[in-house]
Order: sequence, then C-alpha cells, then structure tokens
Amino acid sequence: MEGFYGKYGGAYVAETLIGNLEELEREYLKVKDDPDFRAELAKLLKDFVGRPTPLTPLHAISAEIGRPKIYLKREDLTHTGAHKINNALAQALLAKRMGKQRVVAETGAGQHGVAVATACSLLGLDCVIYMGAVDAERQAPNVQRMKLHGAELHLVHTGQKTLKDAISEAIRDWITNVNDTHYLLGSAVGPHPFPNIVHDFQSVIGLETREQILEQEGRLPDCIVACVGGGSNAIGMFSPFLEDEEVRLIGVQAAGKGFDTDKYAGPLIKGRPGIFQGAHTYILQNSDGQIGKSHSIAPGLDYPGVGPQHSYLKDIGRVEYTFIQDHEALHAFEYLCHKEGILPALESSHAVAYALQVAATMDEGQILVVNLSGRGDKDLSQAIEALARLKEKEASVS
Amino acid sequence: MNRIQRTFARLREQGESALIPYIPVGFPAAETSESLIRTLCESGADLVELGVPFGDPLADGRVIQDASTQALANGTTLRACIEMVARLRPSYPELPFILMGYCNSFLAYGLERFAADAVEAGVDGLIIPDLPSTMADPWVEIFRPHALDLIFFLAPTTSEQRAAATMSKGSGFLYCISVNGVTGEREKLPQELPAFLKQARAATDLPLCVGFGISSEEHVREISRHADGAIVGSALIRVIQQAAPDQLEGEVRSYMQRLKNATKPITQR
Repeated sequence: MEGFYGKYGGAYVAETLIGNLEELEREYLKVKDDPDFRAELAKLLKDFVGRPTPLTPLHAISAEIGRPKIYLKREDLTHTGAHKINNALAQALLAKRMGKQRVVAETGAGQHGVAVATACSLLGLDCVIYMGAVDAERQAPNVQRMKLHGAELHLVHTGQKTLKDAISEAIRDWITNVNDTHYLLGSAVGPHPFPNIVHDFQSVIGLETREQILEQEGRLPDCIVACVGGGSNAIGMFSPFLEDEEVRLIGVQAAGKGFDTDKYAGPLIKGRPGIFQGAHTYILQNSDGQIGKSHSIAPGLDYPGVGPQHSYLKDIGRVEYTFIQDHEALHAFEYLCHKEGILPALESSHAVAYALQVAATMDEGQILVVNLSGRGDKDLSQAIEALARLKEKEASVS
Repeated sequence: MNRIQRTFARLREQGESALIPYIPVGFPAAETSESLIRTLCESGADLVELGVPFGDPLADGRVIQDASTQALANGTTLRACIEMVARLRPSYPELPFILMGYCNSFLAYGLERFAADAVEAGVDGLIIPDLPSTMADPWVEIFRPHALDLIFFLAPTTSEQRAAATMSKGSGFLYCISVNGVTGEREKLPQELPAFLKQARAATDLPLCVGFGISSEEHVREISRHADGAIVGSALIRVIQQAAPDQLEGEVRSYMQRLKNATKPITQR
C-alpha cells in the first residue's frame, strides 16, 4: 500500500499516532483479502444493512426531461439511511479483529455517527462520538438515535463547532487512548491508510451499480453523478468505473450561498493544496495557510477539505468536479419528493440538482446514474423551513 | 557547531539540563508579546520555542489551542513570527530560537522562501508536530542546506525501527513525548518515562528534551536526571493567563527562575 495518490495523501500526523496507523494498515491488509472476513462482512451487509440496494429508474423525471434514462442508486434504503453504514460496519468489524474494544468517531450530518453507534451496538463495542455543537442542533433526531444505541456523545464547542472541529477532537481522543481505541473515520479523508480503507469499504456501491446496470441495460452508464464533501460515497461509486474512460464521472461540491459570498464549501473548486487533518489535499485556506470556514445547507458537505484521491482525480482530469448552491439543492430536494416519491438527503440533493442540469444536455437513449447517498428524514424540518424562506424570497424578487 | 549544539555542549559542561519555554507569538496581546518573550529570554530560558499559531492544532490540548486562537485573533502570521526572531536576535546572539508550527503554515509561505527568511532572521530550528519523519524527506532536503534544524518527536508508541530512522533524519535535539496524548499539564510524570529515555539515550547522540505535561519544579528536576532538557508550554501559558496584568512579567520571571533552578545539579541549587 502506498499512501499517496500522486502527490496527495500521506500521513501528516503526530508521532504518537504513527504506531497506530501502521498497526491499522497491517491489520487492514490482513483482512482485505481474507475470505473469512469478507464473508462475514458480506453476510452482515446483506442481512443487517439490506444490500444490495436497488437501482431505481426515474420514469416520471426521465419522461419529463425526455432525454437520458435516469437511475438512482438507492443508498438511502440501507439500514440507518445512508451509505455511511457500509464503512462503519466494516471498520467496526476490523476494530474487533484488532482487539480494540473502544471506538471513537466524528460526525457532521449525524449519519456517520448513527451508523457507527449502530455498528458498535450490533458488535458489542464501546462507542464515543464527537459532534460539533452547531451540527447537533441542526440534526437533533440523529443525536437521539446515537444515544439510543448507547453511544457516548461529546458536543464540540471549539472552532466552527462543525465537522472539522469534531474530527480534530476525535483525533485528540485517539492520540490519548491509542492502545485500546480504534478511530472509525467516516469519510475518504484523513491520514493514510484511512482514505484507502474507506474507498475499499464503499466500493460496494459502484460494484453493485455496475452489475445492476449491465443486467438492466446491457451496458455501462454514460454518466455518473455523486456529491462530494469528504467524498466517500462518490469514491465508492466512481471507483469501479475509473478505468472505463467512456463513463463520464461528475463530483458535485457544495457552493453554499455562492462563491461570491463568504458562505461556501467546495475545496476542489475554491481551495488549493495544503496539509490538513493528516493528508495533503485540496483545502479551503487563507493566504497564511489557516483553514477556511466552510458552509453548506447540507451538514455532510460542510467541510473545508476533501479526500486526497479526489484531489488526484481532479488534477489528472478523470473526474469533473463542479458545484451546486444551497437553493438549487433545495429545489432538487423538493422536485424529487414531488415527482418520484423519494426523499433525498440534502447532501444527495446536490447530486440530483446537477444531474438534472446534465440530463438536459444528454441524448435520448443515454444512461445517467445518480448516487442517492442518503435519505432526507434528518433534514426534513430544516429543508422545509429553508424552502419556505426561499419561496418567499423568490416571490418578492419576481 | 551551531547555536543549538553550542548551547547543549555548554549545559553539559555545567551539568545542567535545558529549560525550554513555549509561547505562541502574539500571545496574550500583540503589543505585549515581545516584552514577554524578552522576559523568558532573561529569566532562565536556555532555548526558546516560539509558537506559530494555527487554528486547528491537532497535537495540542485545550490550553495551547485557546492561546493559539487568541494569537491568531491578534493578527499573528508566520511572517510576524519570523520578524519577531529578527528583532530578538541582536539582543540574544547565542540563544537558540525554534519555531513550532503546523505544516500548512510553512507550505502556504513556501518552503524555500521560508527557509531563507527564517535563517536570515536568526531562527535555529523547527518543530512541526504534524510532520513525522516518514513524511519529512522533501522538507529535510530543503532545510538542510540552510542549516535549519528539523526537530522530530519520539513517542512512547514509536517502534524501534522507526526510532532509528527518526534519529537519523532529525537534528538539533529529539523531542521526547512524555505521554500518549496531546499537550497539557498533568500531575505526575509517567512511571515508564525513565525507561523510555534510557532506550532513546542508548540509540542516539542527539540531546533528549522532554515535553507534554511538564509543569512543576519536581517534574523538571526528575527530567533533568534522565534527559537534556524540559519543555514547558501549557503550564507557562496558565501562569500568564492567571497573572494580574501589572504583575505578569514578575510572575513569569519567578516561575521561570524556579524551573531553571531545578535543572541545575543539587550543589548549585
């Protein structure tokens, strides 16, 4: 295992953690191709998570746009309601193999926290979750769920009180408790070997998609769209298609209220390479190298960094990275609910919004797949309020 | 011999260990920072570790994080830290100044440009907690021709194999982390510390300095028996935070002198 994607990646962490990262890499390489581990994981993914998730054709929207056939990969239908459970369960199983009884994790939108709390509850591990105080407020139902599953929840009041600060606190906890604790990182970010591990455990999304589209359409899709915060759902979806040059891959970042304001995320669009939270990657930063503030209506996309593999894929041009603003995501959220009876997470709504724009440029008979990384129950009250405000504003403008 | 080597050689001759205070530049206020650092320089510091404030300091505990945040709010940049050393250098020609900061601050400045500017200002070495020796080759290559020491950490969790590689790449001294954890005051030194230092001592000629959790004279005295220096950060910041403004320099001076005294052999105390 290398640890770098081009010049991106690496393990820029305190010396105290290196021993643990080396141990993690060793143990991960052991289980990676171990048929027993893979079989146990596959069984849990099937019986507990509910995999494979469907690849749903969007008949009404495809008919309305009248161009490509649009499919949604339904990670929203997994147990706990987002792709995060794939990685959480797999890493919890790995932690158990490593003889670690205690798991720490960070969470932004709460979906990863819920997934980790769920996996730990299933496997009998002690679970400690760090969550920014601001995120905890906007994701109250997920806070309750984590507690119900027996997780010890620590609210983080430093910095911006969001995902980046929760990651910092989780890493500090790990530095202090290196011997008995596994840090269960939830996205394809952080020091090596985490981006590799998360990439591997999320690849199930793309592998299933590939099989399903070949079965349903007899060919690969023309285009695949996924949202990118840290980028775990996107890398899981893209990974089995990276070699297929004919498949156009698009990662959608969050532009918040717009790049002309001070409230946006999107490090692949507005950031530059630097070192943050263990990896060399694109980050939002000022000219002194201080990490920039980030904003998105979707808490899971509100992160100033991105997985190092995405930085590499951007530089070599294999994946196109683009952006969607809060209001566009909200409209897509509502549209998908209305037209197809599917409630997307606000994160996934960014992918849906951009996919609708791309669809309008595609031809009839082409195939477009959108990764619906999670469901929107957690976002309901926030999205409804924001939609009401948005419509008021739009009405007053027109 | 450079300034850091000369300092350790002198201390070794005197039978003393080094007292190394840490303070972020621009803390607690932009206007008072320089005179506070001068107080440290004049009250027993053998080397001075100046913090380059970073907003997300992962290896630091709450006290240093808050102090860094305050220093950032006071407008401290890496350039300001280099300029601080340039102003101090003429007054303290033999005192080593070490900058402690996180990777991204140096990257954003540009490594080549930073190395040249830092050396010109009189900076002697660098401590970068998120740059482990494994990742450091490109940095070492840039800094070595400038004779800028890159000081690496040794943790209780560092494997023997890694320790050897770390020692061969590092220069100046070896920063031995007393405990698994982040910076911050602790009541007691861990029992395993002497054995850990003994192992390190057997493997390298570099001076060994111990940091993380060092706060009292007793700690410093204990460390002086096994190592070449003690690094005091969070505890010093606490003294600064708790002192009344008009007594700040006096309190810092007396705290430093007490600690410095504990680095000396018993006959001289």
